[in-house]
Amino acid sequence: MGNEPAVEVAGLVKRYGAKTAVNGLDLTVERGAIAAVLGPNGAGKTTTVETCEGYRRPDEGSVRVLGLDPVAESAALRPRIGVMLQSGGVYAGARAEEMLRHTAKLHASPVDPGLLIERLGLESCGRTPYRRLSGGQQQRLALAMAVVGRPELVFLDEPTAGLDPQARRATWDLVRELRADGVTVVLTTHFMDEAEQLADHVSIIDAGRVIAGGTPEQLCRGGAENTLRFSGRPALDLASLLNALPADSAAAELTPGNYRIEGKVNPQMLATVTSWCAQHGVMPDRLAVERRTLEDVFLELTGKELRA
Amino acid sequence: MTTFAPDPGAAPLPRMIGAQTALETRMLLRNGEQLLLTVIIPSLLLLLFGTVDIITVPTQTAGGAGKSVDFLAPGILALAVMSTAFTGQAIATGFERRYGVLKRLGASPLPRWALMTAKTGSVLVTEVLQIVLLTVIAFALGWSPHGNPLSVLLLLVLGTAAFSGLGLLMAGTLKAEATLAAANLVFLLLLVGGGVIVPLDKFPAGVRSALELLPISALSDGLRDVLQHGAGTPWADAGILGVWAVLGLGAAARFFRWE
Repeated sequence: MGNEPAVEVAGLVKRYGAKTAVNGLDLTVERGAIAAVLGPNGAGKTTTVETCEGYRRPDEGSVRVLGLDPVAESAALRPRIGVMLQSGGVYAGARAEEMLRHTAKLHASPVDPGLLIERLGLESCGRTPYRRLSGGQQQRLALAMAVVGRPELVFLDEPTAGLDPQARRATWDLVRELRADGVTVVLTTHFMDEAEQLADHVSIIDAGRVIAGGTPEQLCRGGAENTLRFSGRPALDLASLLNALPADSAAAELTPGNYRIEGKVNPQMLATVTSWCAQHGVMPDRLAVERRTLEDVFLELTGKELRA
Repeated sequence: MTTFAPDPGAAPLPRMIGAQTALETRMLLRNGEQLLLTVIIPSLLLLLFGTVDIITVPTQTAGGAGKSVDFLAPGILALAVMSTAFTGQAIATGFERRYGVLKRLGASPLPRWALMTAKTGSVLVTEVLQIVLLTVIAFALGWSPHGNPLSVLLLLVLGTAAFSGLGLLMAGTLKAEATLAAANLVFLLLLVGGGVIVPLDKFPAGVRSALELLPISALSDGLRDVLQHGAGTPWADAGILGVWAVLGLGAAARFFRWE
């Protein structure tokens, strides 16, 4: 096993006809890390991952996965990676457990399929044909199929899309366990909480290129800006509040009665806001000091909602 | 516990191909529509046309005056090969492509050629089951086959190759729904116009010489030459099937799209 990064993408360009899906994308994933590729639908997440999996040939740029060319050296690469497609991938008539056991048989020393069935809560539908599984059950089966072969590197394309909170938690636990056991994980998501919770490194992509990257903490700390939120009665006189605050502060009524103040949040600022509220007879309900979320970062960088 | 500690590797090829063949066969035998096409329709046609005099067919055999089953059985065997290798395989593969099964297997350790080998294996297993069942029915109807079994085997293998190529070409290039419709339509047309139950000499001479070039006609005519008339290997029919096999498999290899 070499010491090169698990994934090295440099200057990747991929076009479909006149449409450029990926436009000069760079991505490096260190071994043993969980890397999240975060972006809205159509940003180029799936195209990027599928190029790493060997499904697409880059129009420009280079892609190395575990030190190999995913297209030219596909036969050597495929046994070493696990793949979860965004949807499908299973015979409509195959039973869940049957398909997982079959996938295990294609590998030299697979994980016990029974263990995965149990871990992912698929016991009750093990004999159910794939076409009759719920969307969440189909997702969990696809995840189990991706990890059953004890791969070094796993690609998960939107692994928790359509999952209920409990199943999503089970998926997160499994992904963390993969990392703990030394597996590298690359996942795409448009859930910022998923990236914040799981990833060692987040690449935010939009319109086919990486627009920001780093640990979730680095990305959210950006500029040490902080946010204070509270609710009260609608249409407060924010100009008068701003007069009381340091000059570099900003205040906005996001929706009627919901306020956000940005600036250097410290005890003095908090005291200023609460005493201003007291003077104006406002009860600052749900008062909270927040750091930026990846959602905020994305909005600032692109002016777009992440989940749009 | 290090449940997922990496230990990657492909299973040995024979094990992968064996597992894939078994899975493909189970999928085929579990599918009601496929069974209708591959088992029920050929069996019913053999029973119906073998017991009720619907169409006058040439019943003369190598052993003297025969029964209508002597004409029908070879045609129905040809139909069985077509239903599995062409219609069934085209529809199943078309939907596997549509639902990302081929794509997902393309990222597994199983090489593509091994997947195609497994598909062929499951077609052959199904054909053996069909032939056993149809042979039992035919014998119950008083069938008296003639000829060299090896000639029969050669024709069946060539027919399977020809129909597989055409089925995979359709599955790999058309949308799944289009494949479903077209494969069923072709099945019906070739059932009527391919010398399966209707003798080709019921058609006008010009039409007939065109129909004789179809793979189903070559297979049913060739099987009839051997099984009904006790002829040696019908090389002309074998040649027609060979040409279809080369064209079909070649075009499928060239134009098949996996996604």
